[in-house]
Amino acid sequence: MPMDSYRIAIIGAGPAGMSAAARAARLDAETGAASPTHILLEGFSLPAKTIQRYQKGKHVMAEPGFLDLRSDIEFEAGSREHILDKWQSGLQANGVNIRFGAEVTRISGSKGNFVVELSSGESLGAEFVVLSIGLEGNPRKLGVEGQDLPNVQYQLDDPKEYDSERIIVVGAGDAAIENALALAEQNEVWILNRRDEFSRAKEGNLNAILAAISDPNQKLHCYYSTSVKSVVPGAQGSTAMVATLDTPEGEVALECERIIARLGAIPPRRFVESCGIEFPNEKRDAKPELSRYYESNVPGLYVIGSLAGYPLIKQAMNQGYDVVEFIGGNFIQPADHPLLEYQFNGLPYEREVDDLIERFQSLIPMFRELNSLAFRELVIESNVIVSFPDGPEYAEANKKAESLAARLSQMAKPPRMTRVIREGDVIYEPGEFGTSFYTIVDGEVTLERESDGVTHTTTLSRGEFFGEMSLLSGRPRLERAIAGASCIVVESPRRTMVKLMNSNDTVREGIEWIFVVRELQNQFAPNASVADLRDISGRVQIHNYKAGETIFTEGERGDSLHVIRSGGVALSRNIDGEDILVAQVRGGKRIGEMALMGDPTRRETARASVAVETIEVSRAEFIELVRDDRDQIRKLQDAVSQQVTDNARMAVRPESGSVMDFLMDEGLGEATNVLIINEALCVGCDNCEKACAETHGGISRLDRDAGPTYANVHIPTSCRHCEQPHCMKDCPPNAIRRAETGEVYINADCIGCGNCEQNCPYDVIQMKYDAPPKPGLLRWLLFGAGNGPGEDQGASPTEAAAKKGKKATKCDACVDQKAGPACVNACPTGAAMRIGPSQYIDLVEERRR
Amino acid sequence: MIHTGILRYAKARFLWWAVGLTAFSVLLYSTQGGLQPANGGTWQGYVLGTIGALLIVWLSMLGIRKRSYSSNAGSVPGWTSAHVYLGTALLAVATLHSAGQLGWNVHSLSYVLMFVVIISGFYGIYTYVNYPQAITENRSGSSRAALFAELFELDRRGRELAAKGPDDINIVVRSAIERTAIGGGVYAQLLGTDRSLFVRPSGSGDSAAGKPVSNRDQQPVIDLIAGRLPRTSKVAETELLEELLEIFCRRQAVLRRIARDIRLRGRIRFWLLLHIPLTVALIFALIVHIVTTFIYW
Ligand SMILES: Cc1cc2nc3c(=O)[nH]c(=O)nc-3n(C[C@H](O)[C@H](O)[C@H](O)COP(=O)(O)OP(=O)(O)OC[C@H]3O[C@@H](n4cnc5c(N)ncnc54)[C@H](O)[C@@H]3O)c2cc1C
Ligand code: HEM
Ligand code: SF4
Ligand code: SF4
Repeated sequence: MPMDSYRIAIIGAGPAGMSAAARAARLDAETGAASPTHILLEGFSLPAKTIQRYQKGKHVMAEPGFLDLRSDIEFEAGSREHILDKWQSGLQANGVNIRFGAEVTRISGSKGNFVVELSSGESLGAEFVVLSIGLEGNPRKLGVEGQDLPNVQYQLDDPKEYDSERIIVVGAGDAAIENALALAEQNEVWILNRRDEFSRAKEGNLNAILAAISDPNQKLHCYYSTSVKSVVPGAQGSTAMVATLDTPEGEVALECERIIARLGAIPPRRFVESCGIEFPNEKRDAKPELSRYYESNVPGLYVIGSLAGYPLIKQAMNQGYDVVEFIGGNFIQPADHPLLEYQFNGLPYEREVDDLIERFQSLIPMFRELNSLAFRELVIESNVIVSFPDGPEYAEANKKAESLAARLSQMAKPPRMTRVIREGDVIYEPGEFGTSFYTIVDGEVTLERESDGVTHTTTLSRGEFFGEMSLLSGRPRLERAIAGASCIVVESPRRTMVKLMNSNDTVREGIEWIFVVRELQNQFAPNASVADLRDISGRVQIHNYKAGETIFTEGERGDSLHVIRSGGVALSRNIDGEDILVAQVRGGKRIGEMALMGDPTRRETARASVAVETIEVSRAEFIELVRDDRDQIRKLQDAVSQQVTDNARMAVRPESGSVMDFLMDEGLGEATNVLIINEALCVGCDNCEKACAETHGGISRLDRDAGPTYANVHIPTSCRHCEQPHCMKDCPPNAIRRAETGEVYINADCIGCGNCEQNCPYDVIQMKYDAPPKPGLLRWLLFGAGNGPGEDQGASPTEAAAKKGKKATKCDACVDQKAGPACVNACPTGAAMRIGPSQYIDLVEERRR
Repeated sequence: MIHTGILRYAKARFLWWAVGLTAFSVLLYSTQGGLQPANGGTWQGYVLGTIGALLIVWLSMLGIRKRSYSSNAGSVPGWTSAHVYLGTALLAVATLHSAGQLGWNVHSLSYVLMFVVIISGFYGIYTYVNYPQAITENRSGSSRAALFAELFELDRRGRELAAKGPDDINIVVRSAIERTAIGGGVYAQLLGTDRSLFVRPSGSGDSAAGKPVSNRDQQPVIDLIAGRLPRTSKVAETELLEELLEIFCRRQAVLRRIARDIRLRGRIRFWLLLHIPLTVALIFALIVHIVTTFIYW
């Protein structure tokens, strides 16, 4: 049987795939094709599985607000249901040729004659293939007989849908636990854990599930070390199934109405690679390399949507439209083209955007490494800064910028545009928490660093970059950056840079190299130039350690020191058979210098307390670095003397060391600002929580009672404002920001996807509806109106709040509170305090006499 | 720790304020005499009275400041520290203002109310200083939720074991678990009374057989199981009883901790139930006191 053949096969009917198919269908209609030349293949039974799986009624946002939609299918912010309806009718109205239940398992062949194989065994032919399968992957199945029975399901939309059933939940992660707990309210539930404990779950879920399992009043049971062996339909006429379980006590047959397996998803990367598409490296979040027209390294095979690295719906839809035009040979300007125009508006050039892009890429070595798609993306997400000499030139440029700003302010959400500054203006100051990275496109920038009263000045010019230290280590800026004459600087946010570094090894190596050079300069040789250090920097070694790994061990011989590039290291000594923690050392500091200063035996064991990166400098390089600089050697010696005294002091106070150990175990090695409650003072009045709720829209971002305690030190569940916030990593609209003063906060762009909640290892982010308004303090005090200050746990969201949907909430360290952190200010007994790492030692040591 | 409690707040600055205020009041008081005997009616008495009334108003404002969460007006620990010291000084101010002339009237009512508020404050500060540490030690690192989780787990194991044992033991164990009383009303919480019950097996010869009797501190059940142990001849049953005994001893320890936790936390909070309403009463009495003073002048 000859197989069906199409010009374009689009795989995955998410926003990207639908939009592409709709464009192809329109073109079919325009050319009057007798039968469709396109096909949209969707593995699920409905379009847009990712969106189908959002929570019911979720408000879907149309971020980024400044990007226009270009698609034959409608999309605007609204409820999930509304959007899905619109899409459904959009597919019909455009006459899209879609096939559901068509999971693609293999793509082979080449441009002009691809063969697309489906899980049903069927094959299709296509000249071009567009891959838009998103990132969600397909759920891992039970892998046993009966895994596809109707009531064996791999997700749970609404636990309230089921009542008085017997349900088996398979899995031990957060999803399984949350489902089991929710289902147990109305059903009898068994949770099956393949291991003998719930080690992968968050602390909150862990406590909840253990309590529920042992609570005799709850109908929730647990099988540990158990897996499903098979599932068979029950006897005729019964709705039940029988699951055979492999338990440590032998096989058990369990009758149930439903099985819900939450075993995670299989990431799509393997499938994508099997199509011949290459990834730049093994990093988890690496994206395939694409041309400006979204074409992969396999000619004729295109990749769009979140799979291509664009995490938002509107971007995905625009790409769907564009890619079909590109395939048709119509090389239109992409929908984000105007954004580039605004970014370049203030530059002193009379050139077209494409021209400028090309020119920048040819002039700047780092940009040359990017394909033009990635470079355009970089520019759109960056700030373009341009300086002019104070006077008429600046005034004119400013006028031009203002007129564009006035025009853009008409938009619901104005896009970024060139930032015009004066020559000599400060770009950032030392001590500021910055997370962005700067590339000089033209002109000069001066860096000033003060150390011991001496100012070291470096001037950078075209092609050089700066700001890499804060980017890579999360530490505050060390130097002052000053705009030089007519400079053009591209300031790129951390998230963009991390994405770039993870998918482009050359860029990563370049940035890391300059980091090492500047760190060596800063630590050992302030007077040396980059050129002087070029050679040495190639000879030092960079190491990565996971939390808990040993860097060096007490008693061994050492011939090197480590500069900690990021993270925190715990130094401990073995005293009478016990490991006593003597110091915690943070990024920017050195460990093990004594080995190069007369004592080759390591006196401490150094262990990474969080993920750590170090630069290891051996004796030869060290001597070369400090060669003739007497001053520098004296300074290094002084620092070592200080450190050994501190270490010795801690070593004789094992109590303090054990508290410090506790802090490190709890991840405070990467915190910058953490709430610590002294249990010897706390009366449990929860005024701190109330203060938090009252100053943050009625929702407390801190749970005082939760969190670990040791020797009177209690670390409540509340954001620690990590050096390198894990939460920022995958936020599609880039809504998580860090203030210059260090506070990590979430702005109004949040789309409620919950990625950050998953990514924060400290469990401090909650997805919440806006709290309903309540009566003021006096009305409560005098007339007892409302339930008083604090979060009202029982409140149900107003209609408006429900429509807006759950948003990520977390502590913002009261960035915008004039009086500072409300929790600390409101504690009647002085038990609550926010501290930074430099105060840990005061916290654990009894300094008072 | 780098935290400072309210008594030491800002190097106990407000202690010195309070000392100063007291000294000033004594000085002022001692200048009375001559034509008029010392009392609230002299000009000195008026000054002291005014200071006292203002102090009371300000002391009461803590309830509002404590809940004005965005306020810039000093921190709550600072206010509380000042509250405690100046509240104590008020005792001197008001006593000197009244010059000891107390009787059965509204004027003295204000004094008495104030006195009780202050005494309750002393008790409060005592609990604030001593109990948090006691609570932490009592829980020894774990949380109340964890204690309850442990209790539930012990209950579950106890039930499971007892189900395998003889019926009468099963009844004892199940009833003891089911009728374990935790917490209770304000009094039970403060005094730590234990209304736990269990059912004594019938046939044990005593009059209470088959009826629920007190299981205070879980001791009677422990005694009963321990009493049965040497009188059992079956090995399996001995083992079971031994295990049950262990579980109940552990339960007793956990329950004691929970009860102590509830008691201490209750005490730290319940004094405010005296302090606040009496403050409200005091303010009304004070208004009456001032108004009548001026009317009958
Ligand atoms: C909880 C949550 C909330 C979000 N909220 C928003 C928001 O408010 N606004 C916003 O702009 N973005 C939001 N996002 C992001 C948004 O969902 C994605 O950016 C978008 O879905 C990406 O579209 P896509 O077409 O690339 O991929 P997807 O939408 O993931 O679509 C991929 C499709 O391909 C199908 N498929 C996969 N594999 C195969 C295969 N082998 N064969 C056939 N078909 C296959 C899938 O079934 C699916 O239908 C949110 C994401 C999440 C998880
Ligand atoms: C007439 C004198 C006093 C008045 C009118 C007064 C009034 C108040 C009020 C209104 C509150 C606020 C309670 C709340 O809203 O939660 C309070 C709290 C408190 N008072 Fe007093 N008080 C007085 C004297 C004292 C004294 C003498 C002491 C101690 C020696 C004291 C100790 C406290 C303490 C410890 C608190 C609790 C703070 C907190 O937990 O928020 N008070 N008082
Ligand atoms: S939310 Fe979590 S990951 Fe993000 S800064 Fe706070 S503690 Fe760190
Ligand atoms: S939920 Fe978190 S990750 Fe997702 S958009 Fe909001 S802030 Fe970003």
